[in-house]
Amino acid sequence: MSTMTIEVLAGVLLGSAAGGVARFQVGAWVTRFAGTSFPWGTGVVNVSGALAAGVLIALWPAEDPSSPGLQALLMAGFLGGYTTVSSFALQTLNLVRQGHRLKAIGNLLASGLLCLGAVWLGYQSTTLWLGHP
Amino acid sequence: MRLRLAIAAGTALGGLTRYLTGITVVGGLGLAHPIATLGVNLLGCLLIGAFATLTGPGGRLRVGPVTHQAVVTGFLGGFTSFSMLSVETLDWAHSNGLTSATIAMGLHLIAALAAAWLGHGLVARYNASRPRNP
Repeated sequence: MSTMTIEVLAGVLLGSAAGGVARFQVGAWVTRFAGTSFPWGTGVVNVSGALAAGVLIALWPAEDPSSPGLQALLMAGFLGGYTTVSSFALQTLNLVRQGHRLKAIGNLLASGLLCLGAVWLGYQSTTLWLGHP
Repeated sequence: MRLRLAIAAGTALGGLTRYLTGITVVGGLGLAHPIATLGVNLLGCLLIGAFATLTGPGGRLRVGPVTHQAVVTGFLGGFTSFSMLSVETLDWAHSNGLTSATIAMGLHLIAALAAAWLGHGLVARYNASRPRNP
């Protein structure tokens, strides 16, 4: 995580670029399907990103030093760039400012709990599948 | 295509800045990863609240849609990370229990919302401080 080789920095750079475009694309698809009255797009992005992150940390324990470039590409790069807290915060703030307080609280609770549930699910299911506790 | 390239460039820069900030905070200052993630996320939220209000209706800065997406969806979206927060909260849950992990996650998100609100509020005052087009 805290290495700074060219391989790792290139992984973060390229992974982030791809993650950002993927977030934009998934957000656009979800919004076309679900409308703009609630920030479903960012929610779907963050929950799916948490699920994938859970799978990756189970496949790749923190103490495993193998292929740090690929790890940086996928974790700090792609999933880091794919998921976002800033859009979540701006969209929740806009809900508050538009007077939709319940929707804002719902978005906050749902984002927190579903992301925590998703990262746990990804981690647990992958750990079980790999067959080590 | 131009829009996607702008978002890709913005996110690449945002992601790299997040990574380098993390290294500085964790390696340089010796603080824990969750502190680095909190700092990056709060700064990103402050900036997105500020930028949205600076470029929104009544704002003092006019930018085109591509620049707006490059900064908001690209740089600031890539700078902050919900997946790091999720992974660190899971770690926290494994060592400190689910209740305190859930509370920590909730506080992180409430602080993120407060940071965006602060950024918005500061720039709203700036926007109102003198006429836009005298």
